[in-house]
Amino acid sequence: MASTTAPGEPKATRAAYGDALLALGTEHEEIVALDADLAGSTQSLKFGKEFPDRFFNVGAAEANMMSMACGLAATGKVPYCSTFAIFASGRAYDQVRLGIAHNELKVRIGASHGGVSLGEDGASHQMIEDIALMRAMPKMQVIVPADYNQAYAAVQHSWKNPEPMYMRFGRPSTPQVYEEVPESLGDGVDVLREGKDISLIATGHMVWRALEAAESLEREDGVEAEVLNVSIIKPLASQTVIESLAKTGLAVTAEEHRVVGGLADAVREVAAEQHPVPVFAVGMGDEFGISGTGEACMEHFGLTARGIADRAREALVLKPIVSHPPLHGPEWV
Amino acid sequence: MEAARLPDRSTVPAVNHLRPVPDPKPPAAPIEGEPASIEELERWATVLRIDCVRMLAVAKSGHLDSSLSSADILTALYHRVLKHDPKNPEWPARDRFVLSKGHAAPIQYAALARHGYFPLEDLMGLRKIGAQLQGHPDMNKTPGVEVSTGSLGQGLSMSLGIALALRLDGLDDSHVFCVLSDGDCQEGQTWEAATAAPHFKASNITAIVDYNHLQTDGTTEEVMDIGNMAAKFAAFGWDTVEIDGHDMGAVVEALERSRSLDRPAAIVAQTTKGKGVSTMEGRFGFHGKAAVSPEFAADALAELEETLERQTSELTEGAPS
Repeated sequence: MASTTAPGEPKATRAAYGDALLALGTEHEEIVALDADLAGSTQSLKFGKEFPDRFFNVGAAEANMMSMACGLAATGKVPYCSTFAIFASGRAYDQVRLGIAHNELKVRIGASHGGVSLGEDGASHQMIEDIALMRAMPKMQVIVPADYNQAYAAVQHSWKNPEPMYMRFGRPSTPQVYEEVPESLGDGVDVLREGKDISLIATGHMVWRALEAAESLEREDGVEAEVLNVSIIKPLASQTVIESLAKTGLAVTAEEHRVVGGLADAVREVAAEQHPVPVFAVGMGDEFGISGTGEACMEHFGLTARGIADRAREALVLKPIVSHPPLHGPEWV
Repeated sequence: MEAARLPDRSTVPAVNHLRPVPDPKPPAAPIEGEPASIEELERWATVLRIDCVRMLAVAKSGHLDSSLSSADILTALYHRVLKHDPKNPEWPARDRFVLSKGHAAPIQYAALARHGYFPLEDLMGLRKIGAQLQGHPDMNKTPGVEVSTGSLGQGLSMSLGIALALRLDGLDDSHVFCVLSDGDCQEGQTWEAATAAPHFKASNITAIVDYNHLQTDGTTEEVMDIGNMAAKFAAFGWDTVEIDGHDMGAVVEALERSRSLDRPAAIVAQTTKGKGVSTMEGRFGFHGKAAVSPEFAADALAELEETLERQTSELTEGAPS
């Protein structure tokens, strides 16, 4: 299933949101979509054109959008709310918290343009702490798909599950990790490549880069890296993560997000409590994004295959010093 | 200092349970096809106020003054205007009520309990650990609460979402009523919703502003003057009327009229915080404070029960034998 040679054209995960939402909307009349003047960018417009009566563009008023979604959901509708991640999680945090998460309503937040890869708009628009915010919010599920195909499956997953849900999509077209739309997200952690020396645990746009990093590590260092794609960050399938940690005894996480509160911390929580091994992180430090092309921004912050591979090499150097023999072998889990 | 009003304070029992209100009529549930008269509604408002004082005396926290200022509006809604069925709280065609000023939850809880959504005794669990009556309304814990509120500014948007869902379902006779505080109207989000409701042509929504001019840090004029509320809603495209929020006849008339308009309706109700308890009326310093000491409660109850007796005897005397 996993492949580093992209089968098919690169596509954006946000395009999958638009396509899958349109398909779902055709099947299910109770689905309504809301957007805040970014329907073209988030691609909810595809739904809006087909179902104008069930589409509400609220203008630049994200707080109003999220609370309206609460009212719609409390009255039997299934609202899909889309806007940029910065507004969905940041500006409307309290509305999402009280109206959606606290009420445990089936509202889906399609947060597009997550991370620094949105590029030129710069720090004001580059949301790099949304995973942390939404992960900390009680009852909120957090999903970050790796490519178009998995993003499509994520939207289907969102229909089948009742919990409040935050889905993060990206702006740029990215290589396909999955050759076709997977049947489901599984437990939310896919082992894309097996290895014994180190676990590369990635999410979103960093997954295909982690696969490239693994190839480079094998080619240049003879290191067998295992690659995990975490599409459901919360609730995290800790068992799958621990099995890998137990096998390799060392991990590098990779995310287009602050390492604080993000995937890195999610993995560290599991490791620290259940199988203590060193977990190094590739992600954003205590810093904001900057303007540039999406790719230039990723390069600037080291969010690249090379960044992951180099971090893995550092970790592997330290492994004999920091990595104690596992307290429990894999059989323990 | 209170001895003059209640000389036999030592005989006043601790307010730790719900004593039956004397002569609880009209009946707890609305009479089929027989709308409550203005006089009956006024009396019901006093009953709900008494419930609030008792609840807060036991809870030892909560917002009594805010609850009392909304009492007449909620009485008019629950006892006359709202189309609802306590035996079937999920009835799809019911009207919806949203208390955007969620801190006035006690008055809504009293109205719900008096209609049998849950036992009257449950009122005494307010704000207690494990109780269904949370400090602010919680849709998943309390029957009859449509959406959770408490963070000011969100209720009108939630109401708009409900209104649009009702329209999609073809429930054209169902209406959404939302009670806002002046604090709600200081939140920018209220004006996002106020902009959106006329845009989406939501004629099935009524916003009632309980404009009591007092907030936590002082008068609204001192803290953040919101000025002419009616003019603001009118400028946003709402049908707007301004009334005395304690004139039951005016409240009922404005609410019933708002059902049949071709655009969203705003009712700016000028109110007095703490209405019905003279030591609290329009006075700053009670909001959110544990003002309801046993002594305060005893005084307040004495005054309210006197009002209730008067209203009851007027009703009885006026009634045809």
